[in-house]
Amino acid sequence: MNFWNDPLKVAAGWLEGIFTGWGMDAVLAHVLVVFLGVFLLITILMVLDIFLVWIERKVVARFQDRIGPNRVGPYGLIQPFADIIKLIIKEDTTPDGADKVVYNLAPILSMMSVLILWAIVPLAPVMLGVDLNVGVLFLIAAGAIGTLSIIMAGWSSNNKFAMIGGFRQVAVMVAFEIPMLTMLMIPTIFAGSMNMNDIIESQNVWYFIISPLGALIFLIAAIAELGRAPFDLAEGESELVAGFNIEYSGMKFGMFYAGELLHAFTFGGFWAILFFGGYRFFGLEQVSPFLAILILVIKAMLGYWVIMWVKYTMMRIRIDQMLGFNWKFLTPLSFALLLVTALMNTLLRGADGWLYILGMFLANVVTAWVALEIARSVSKKERERVEGVKQVAEVHHS
Amino acid sequence: MTGEQIIFLIVALFTLGSALMVVTTRNLIHAALWLVATLFGVAVIYALLNAGFMAVVQVVVYIGAIAILFIFAVMLTRKDLRDNTPQTNKNWWAGALVAALTFVGLVFTLQSWSGFSKTASAVPLGFDAISQLGEQLTSPTAYVLPFEVASVLLLAALVGAVYVAFNKK
Amino acid sequence: MIPLSWYLILAAALFGIGLFGVLVRRNAVAILLGVELMLNAVNINLVAFWRYGDMATMAGQVFAIIVFAVAAAEVSVGLALVISVYRRRNTVIADELDMLKW
Repeated sequence: MNFWNDPLKVAAGWLEGIFTGWGMDAVLAHVLVVFLGVFLLITILMVLDIFLVWIERKVVARFQDRIGPNRVGPYGLIQPFADIIKLIIKEDTTPDGADKVVYNLAPILSMMSVLILWAIVPLAPVMLGVDLNVGVLFLIAAGAIGTLSIIMAGWSSNNKFAMIGGFRQVAVMVAFEIPMLTMLMIPTIFAGSMNMNDIIESQNVWYFIISPLGALIFLIAAIAELGRAPFDLAEGESELVAGFNIEYSGMKFGMFYAGELLHAFTFGGFWAILFFGGYRFFGLEQVSPFLAILILVIKAMLGYWVIMWVKYTMMRIRIDQMLGFNWKFLTPLSFALLLVTALMNTLLRGADGWLYILGMFLANVVTAWVALEIARSVSKKERERVEGVKQVAEVHHS
Repeated sequence: MTGEQIIFLIVALFTLGSALMVVTTRNLIHAALWLVATLFGVAVIYALLNAGFMAVVQVVVYIGAIAILFIFAVMLTRKDLRDNTPQTNKNWWAGALVAALTFVGLVFTLQSWSGFSKTASAVPLGFDAISQLGEQLTSPTAYVLPFEVASVLLLAALVGAVYVAFNKK
Repeated sequence: MIPLSWYLILAAALFGIGLFGVLVRRNAVAILLGVELMLNAVNINLVAFWRYGDMATMAGQVFAIIVFAVAAAEVSVGLALVISVYRRRNTVIADELDMLKW
């Protein structure tokens, strides 16, 4: 076993050897090494987070036909560091009547809910934090902590706008958790396991090809969970000023902001893991774990780019429209898709590779088509009810 | 004392401490947040019991849904933000006595049981609790009936909650 | 190794605390919080008995899951009732809800 094949184990063994060489207890040395590993991962993620600020600003600039930050450093690369220095030296305010402990705990929990997600991300075949056999559910559990942090921030700020933002976010998250959890069951059905690594290993064909509708619904639910446009109702700059984080300043606001960016990138990564084969890319992942990490990061970046693309090209929708969209369309559709997928999986179990893929793909297309047809006829009736039949008829005649 | 025991003691003290805060805090939002802490402690207890699935479901169902519903309900049913009225009954000491007697009685009854201080056997190699659980939950020879009854109960609760809370204009 | 008794004592203590909350609190929402603590205590027992008994029969975990479902149902209906009562009587203090005496 050499370093280039299994860097984590080799490095851990080497460090443990050093620590025990100093006369340290073996168990204690192991705990210390694990702690150092976690510390290293979090540090890398935070550094990555700094550059995500730059990436986000550059990409949004391109979408809006601007150049973006380009003054500080080459291509404006040093700009996020300037932002951070600004955030750190800003006055740290706490509003009157705020619940101090809860108020200060909320940004920490928000960041934590994102960072713990990385415990289950398989970076390479041999590199993953925890080989959790309920990895898929862990994703939802971490989202629950994120929801909690937002409602804590909204309540403790002693501000009406923050409170409304918190309420909205909870309504949205509780609603969109259902299609998300349902869609997480689809890779679970295909792989026969809730373990992230097993899901990746069983993707000889990307699950996106077998279940494109599932991947799409997962992306929509993920964007809602992130609280990004078109579902950024908790922030709603034009109506709630800044929503739940209105009273936060300095680095506390920075924690929410950095948490949101890293969350978006993380969900890009999970989209890649669940539906696009994670670190696998035509056997390249077997060459070196570092190459596998590179593949995963590129795929996660592409997912993140899609999320940004949606954010900067869609307008925000109203809260009632959004909840209606979830409860009346997305949730029934995801249940139907889950039933269809489970049924097709049982029917096609014995079929050979291509027939299976084709059957699954067609089942998805048919489900999507039926759902859209139903939505179309219902919305047509709704339009007629609202605008009156006559008016519509006149327009058609002229 | 092994590391596992130390972890258990820390988690148990944390759980019981926050549970005490749940029932004694004056501010109800704080009580709900302390409930979240208690539920976390219980999730760690499940993890110590090698029931990873239960731990994650605890976080998803209890913290993600139930605790947040509680916070919602507290916010919706308060007249003013600072509640200065006493939060406990006048004869709270009787309640404390009953609770203490229940605890003592439970422990007294349990410690006369032969299996009280038995230790766990090691988890069999390759034992997969989740697939076992899934198969038994859907197997007609095991627990499919309670499972279905639970889902009917959830449906009834869904309909009932909507009906009760619906604001008739 | 941790003996079974530790888990049982923890569960009993949690149950006692929850019972105290149910008996003593005046606010209906706080009473429901106490009920949640009691349900959790029961769940610890169920999972502990699963772990220390025969692990192949999943009865403990199955019934713990059913307790989850019951808790979710109880909270949704209970809180709906509390909110409905609050709309009509403008209070959630259990002592003040004495319509039958009036």
